[in-house]
Formats: sequence, structure tokens, C-alpha cells
Amino acid sequence: MKLFPIRGGIHPDYRKEQSSERAIVALPLPALLYIPLQQHIGAPAEVLVSEGQAVKKGQMIARSTGAISAPQHAPTSGTVKAVTEIPAPHPSGLAQTTIVIEPDGRDEWAELPAAIADPFSADPQTIAERVAQSGIVGMGGAAFPSAVKLNLGSRFKLDTLLLNGAECEPYLTCDDRVMREHAGEIVDGARIMAHALGVPRVVIAIEDNKPQAIAAMTEAARAFAEIVVAGVPVQYPMGSERHLVQAITGRETPAKKLTADIGVVVHNVATARAVHHAVRFGRPLVARVVTVSGGAVREANNIEAPIGARVADLIAFCGGFASEPASLVNGGPMMGQPLPGLDVPVIKGMSGILALTAGETNTQPASPCIRCGTCVSICPCGLVPVEMAAFIRKDNFEAAARLGVMDCVSCGSCSWVCPSHIPLVHYFNYAKGMINAQERDRRKNEQTKVLAEAHTLRVEKAAEARRAMMAAKKAQAAAKTEEKANA
Amino acid sequence: MINAINKSGPFTHGASNVQKTMYTVLLALLPATAFNAYLFGWPALLLFVVTVGACVVIEAGCLILADQPMKAAFDGSAVLTGWLLAMSLPPWAPWWIGALGAVFAIALAKHTFGGLGQNMFNPAMVARVALLVSFPVVMTAWVLPHPLFSASAPGLGDALAITFGGQMPDSVSAASALGYVKTELSRGIPVTQSMAHVPDLMDMALGFRAGSMGETSAILILAGGLFLMARRIISWHTPLGVMGGLFLMGTLFHAIDPARYTDGMFHVMSGATFLGAFFIATDYVTSPVSKKGQLVFGAGVGVLTWVIRTYAGYPEGMAFAILLMNSLTPIIDQYTRPRAFGRTLKGEPLPLAGRDK
Ligand code: SF4
Ligand code: SF4
Repeated sequence: MKLFPIRGGIHPDYRKEQSSERAIVALPLPALLYIPLQQHIGAPAEVLVSEGQAVKKGQMIARSTGAISAPQHAPTSGTVKAVTEIPAPHPSGLAQTTIVIEPDGRDEWAELPAAIADPFSADPQTIAERVAQSGIVGMGGAAFPSAVKLNLGSRFKLDTLLLNGAECEPYLTCDDRVMREHAGEIVDGARIMAHALGVPRVVIAIEDNKPQAIAAMTEAARAFAEIVVAGVPVQYPMGSERHLVQAITGRETPAKKLTADIGVVVHNVATARAVHHAVRFGRPLVARVVTVSGGAVREANNIEAPIGARVADLIAFCGGFASEPASLVNGGPMMGQPLPGLDVPVIKGMSGILALTAGETNTQPASPCIRCGTCVSICPCGLVPVEMAAFIRKDNFEAAARLGVMDCVSCGSCSWVCPSHIPLVHYFNYAKGMINAQERDRRKNEQTKVLAEAHTLRVEKAAEARRAMMAAKKAQAAAKTEEKANA
Repeated sequence: MINAINKSGPFTHGASNVQKTMYTVLLALLPATAFNAYLFGWPALLLFVVTVGACVVIEAGCLILADQPMKAAFDGSAVLTGWLLAMSLPPWAPWWIGALGAVFAIALAKHTFGGLGQNMFNPAMVARVALLVSFPVVMTAWVLPHPLFSASAPGLGDALAITFGGQMPDSVSAASALGYVKTELSRGIPVTQSMAHVPDLMDMALGFRAGSMGETSAILILAGGLFLMARRIISWHTPLGVMGGLFLMGTLFHAIDPARYTDGMFHVMSGATFLGAFFIATDYVTSPVSKKGQLVFGAGVGVLTWVIRTYAGYPEGMAFAILLMNSLTPIIDQYTRPRAFGRTLKGEPLPLAGRDK
């Protein structure tokens, strides 16, 4: 298949061999499961259960609220111990409403929605509905509700479903393993999604450093002419949605637009597998494969864990820490987020748990920028990190925005190459937060202004009316006096 | 917990750091420097040690004054500045030239701007130009090579007298090829004639000619430059720009009037072209950050070098040209930003090919 080059990028140490040859293992049911109401982008779900209530596996325990949201389901059968606030796996470490379930050990399924007998003759809406009801979100990390992306066919002229199996983040091997071990399920899910989207073509993109996955997927897709499995060059961040679309189709997504605008919808391979489960068996998303790796963990693994298992449970399953980790990361080392602790649960978008040694993180104090320009030449978005950082350091967010800081995908390449170890991405995230806040403020101010103006207008109108009334009264009175005088 | 809350990724880092980068550049300079130390003997070595040492000492002093971590004195940047400065001095110049140059370079050109990464002008070139303007005689007292251990080479004792006693032997001074051609031209002797007396291109490439330590031995400098390219410390853009600009200007004007203008190849092979193209114009801090910008910057250096060599009062124009282009770096940076993903060069979102339903 003809591929197209993408700009810049880096070649970090992939260190995937720590876990790539370890087959997926299921985590034994932990003592308690913690299911946060918000594991996705969008509105948090709304609790449907109460303390002490018995639940079955797959039963909906929180429903979605609004257009962009996702429901939550019980990952196993048991009892609702509590609905309470606990720290979520978010760098802020802020508490979030969470349903705590004590498993009864029977792992008994609830009565599930019926399988969609022939998904390919089903209405696209039916499939999207099923995906939405199954709580499926993007499993590559972004955790965007998948059903929303399956509805894009009604709004855009689409031609390709791109399945992202690039897995360009170092360490992570969960997608690799899922592709090797469940290729058929992914291919089926992909075909169902393609049908829902109404696209004639599916491309499954996998980085060339996963030859077994490529082989397995190619084999599974052999019977389907509409599916192409494409090996893509090992070049971080190949898995970035827009860049992968460019590499595969040569089309460049315009700024502020979606890939759907240029005819492509991207889903993660694990998401496709979840869609297969939801459509063919009515099973909601209650478990995912997580790579546990890093030099500080005793034994790396790819673990199929129920949503809500604590990170500590997975680490314990891997034999605990071999040494005190210097960093604990949720996701890959490039774009992941720091884990606020070991007590946070596995959520739907969590692809990896990394316990990294100081040698692996190679953190060094920042020194002054030497203007080496490496960050400029490797930025896959064509930005100028060195200049943006200089402006942000002076709190000049407007200038940073003019240079495109809002276009930055936070891929981390610039920080990774910087010889001065400047935390560039940290600057950019900070600036994005500030600019968004300013934007919100501005909008709020504008709204206040509009309201205030409306108010003034109302007051003025009222005054006018009063004046008119007074004038009329006066005129009447005057007329009366005049009448009297004349009389 | 172990993580600083709110710290963004990445949680891994490439192997590069400032120190490694600087020391790689020093390594690349080593062969040419060693060869030149051999060519010009003990006095050159003494001057080299004085210059580099003074730079490091002054850097340390400035860091103390600015209350910055002392570690920065050993990141290799001061050594590199001193090294490049030493390579642009006449090899038998007295010690105070090196020491004074170090003051110009480190204290004035670098630390008054705020230290590493902040300076607008290349410190070594600021020092060289300041010295050249202040002490034109000393700064143009070139000597012919006196290879170590050869009969004509000064011993350590003589060298100490040359470097520290200011006893420059009269008999040995020589003109660099560029200077010679220029002087002859000013006496009315056309280039076509004077060129017969300069070393042939082969000798110039190998280094058997008069000049500063860095001006001789183009081949070893080139080897060092290629090494830096292989290690991805520098890219081809700046050197190609410099050489290309110089060569094209030389060739063009030589074709127009061979009696007045030396040819392009002579320009490329003489003076500090190679050192300038590979090691000085490529200075990170004072050159543009984008590849496109580096090409423009390099070409500017090449063209200006030719202009200065040809029309100005000084035979060598590389240092001036680099400083002039340094001052344009912010502007070049501004106009050579890469095109952002999904945007036009102007920064507008790319047009959409009407795919909405
Ligand atoms: S990579 Fe770091 S040192 Fe180099 S220009 Fe960018 S910010 Fe400066
Ligand atoms: S500026 Fe943003 S997009 Fe560019 S390399 Fe840095 S993190 Fe990646």
C-alpha cells in the first residue's frame, strides 16, 4: 500500500520487549471494584444503583447524560458497597463520584440486550445505539464516546474507516497483544463499524515493529476485500489521529476540523473489539487489556482487568515493585499522565500502567535553551516549540496562541529531544489551560455584557414608557384644566 | 506520592543533553586543532591553553556574579567559545590577546546578554572582531607553519618568550593568501598575476599555509563537520548555504572580470571558510532555529563574506559576515517558520475540499 510521509517525529527507545511476548492474562477478581462515573470525555454518567443493591455483571449502573457521555456497567456480579468520592486516575488527583462494588465471586451475567442478528442489514442508527448503550469509549487513551464517532456518517461524506493499531507509544503492547490474540474479533468489529459509518473501505494501520500483529490481522482480514492491513513506519507519533490519516491517505486535516471533514474516521483496534462484543453478544464494556510495564515493576504483563480494579491490584499481580519507581504513569511514557497514586482504578481509556525507574525517565533539571532548533525540526505539527515556550515563560499567551500552541497535540516529541531538558509540553499544557480559561472568561464577560445591555435597554424602555405615560397624563390634566378654564 | 502532581509528560527523555552536544563539537574540532598545533608548534599550543582557560575562568566568574549554578561553567559551552576563539587568532599572538578575547567573548558578548542561550552575537566572533579592530597589527601577524620537531620550530623556551614575552620574531611573518591577493590588488597587481604566488588549492586544503589555527587544514575541519552531521548535531543547511553563497558570488564575478575578482573555488578554500561554515555559522544560539532559516542564514553569511573580502578593508570577512547575519537571526526566524500542520503558510486553516454533506 502506498504510504505518505509525515513531518518530523522521533525514535524513542521502545522497550516493548518487556511485555510484548507475554500473552494476555485475566486478573483474578479483586476484593473491591471502583467505577468512576466519568471515564470519558463529556458529561459524567448518572448513578442508577444505591448502596446495598445487588448487581449482575454487565448491568447498567450509571446511565449516560446528554449527547456526549457514556454509561457505566457492573464489571462483575456483586453488591454495591457504596457510592462515594474517591481519587480518580487524573493527574489532579481530585476526587470523583465512584460506585464501589464488592464482587460475589460468581461473575454472573445480567440479562443482556439481544445480539444484533445480522448487523450488516441493521440500521446504522441501531448499531450506534448499541455501542452507546454498551458504554464503549475510545480505548486508545482519549476515551471519547465511540457512538458519537459512529454517527458521523450522517453528517460527513466518509470513505474510510481507519483502525489505529499503530501503538506508537513506547512500552505499550496491549493493542499488539489484542491484535495477535483476537484478530478475528477486531476485524468483525471493524466491519460492523464500517457498515454503521457507511464507508466502503477499512484500513488497519499497524507500526512495522509488530510483525506478528500484522500477520495475524492480515490473516483475519483475508476474506474481506474491503479491508487492507497496512504496516506503517515506526515513527513516533504515528498513532496520532491526524498524522496517521495523513500517512495512510495523504490527506491533511485542516486546522480546527475533524478527520471526518476529509472523509476518514479513526477508531482504536481495541474499540473495534469492544464493538464486536457489544453487537454480537450484547456485552457492554466491562474489562480492558492494560499493559503493566516499566523497569520498576517485577514482571511486565498484559492484563485483561475488570474496569474498576485498583492499580495496586494489577501491580501486586505483577509481583509488586522491583525497586522504588521514580514515576508512575497512566498510559504511555510520551503522552501519559502521572498517576496520583496506586489506589486509583483502571478506567476504560487506560492502556498502560508504567512504573519507571530514574534511569528510564532520565529526568534532569532544565538548563537554558541553547536554540539548537531540534524541537523545531521534529515537531510533527510544524510548530516552533522554542519560540512558543519563550512567550509562555513571559506569560504572553496571546503570542503563543498566534504561533499555534492550540494546534499542539502534546505528543511530547519536543520535550523528549530537548538537550536542555526543558519541559516544553508542560509549558504548552499550561498555556492551553490559560488560553481556554481566558476564552471562557471572555465569553462570560460577553454574555454579562449582553445581559447588562439587555437590562439597560429594558430599564430605558420602561423609563421611556413611564415618561410617555406621565406626558400623556399631564396632557390630559392640562386638557382638563383647559376645559375647566374654558368652561 | 512520588509524582509531582500536574507534571506533564513525557516520562522519558532522549539521550541528548547540552554537555554531550558541546563535547561532541569539541571532539569534532580535535583533529584539526591537533594538526594545527603540530603545524604552528608550542606558541600556538600555549595561546590555545591560555584562551580556553581564560574563557572557563571568566565564565565561572560571571556565573558567580549572576548567582547561577556553577555547573554551567562545565557544560562545555565556554570551552567551545574559547576553542573557536583560539582557532581564529594568529597562532603566535601574545597571551594577552587570548585573555582579552576571553573577556570580550564571555563577559561582554555572552553574559551581559544573560548567559548561555541569550546572546545575540557569536561570542568568539565578537571577540575576534573586537581584537582585530583594536589591535590590527598583532591580529594580522600570520606566520608560516613551523611544524613541531622540525628544524625551524621554536622550542618550549622560545615559545614561552613568544607567547608570554611578546617576542615575535620579525623574520617569520607572512601574509595569508587572502591578504596577499588583497594587498597586491591595492598595489595595482591583478588577481591573475598575484594568484601565481599563493599556495595552490591542494596545499590550502591540507593546511600548509599561513593563517589562524582554524583557517588552515580545510580537510580536517570538513571531516569534523561531516562527523557533526552524522551525529545530527548540525545539518547540511548552514554549511551549504555559506559555501554555496561564497562560491556562487566568487564564480559569477570572476567570470565577469578575472583580473579583479578571485574565483569561487579560491574563496571557498581560503581563509576561515570551512571553520566558519561548519563550526561558527552553525552556532545554535546565534543562528536561526529552522532548517529553512539556516539555509537563508548560511547563504547570507556566504554572500556577505564575499562582499567584505572583495570590497572592504579587511582581507577576511567571515567574522563580520557572521555577526551581521547574527543580527538578522530574529527576523529570519520570524519569516522561515515551518508550515503548521493543517494550515497554510500564512497560518490560516487549510481549505476544505467540500466534503460536508
Ligand atoms: S530543543 Fe530545547 S534547547 Fe533546542 S531549541 Fe528547542 S527548546 Fe531550545
Ligand atoms: S509542540 Fe506539541 S506537537 Fe510539537 S512536538 Fe511539542 S508536543 Fe508535539
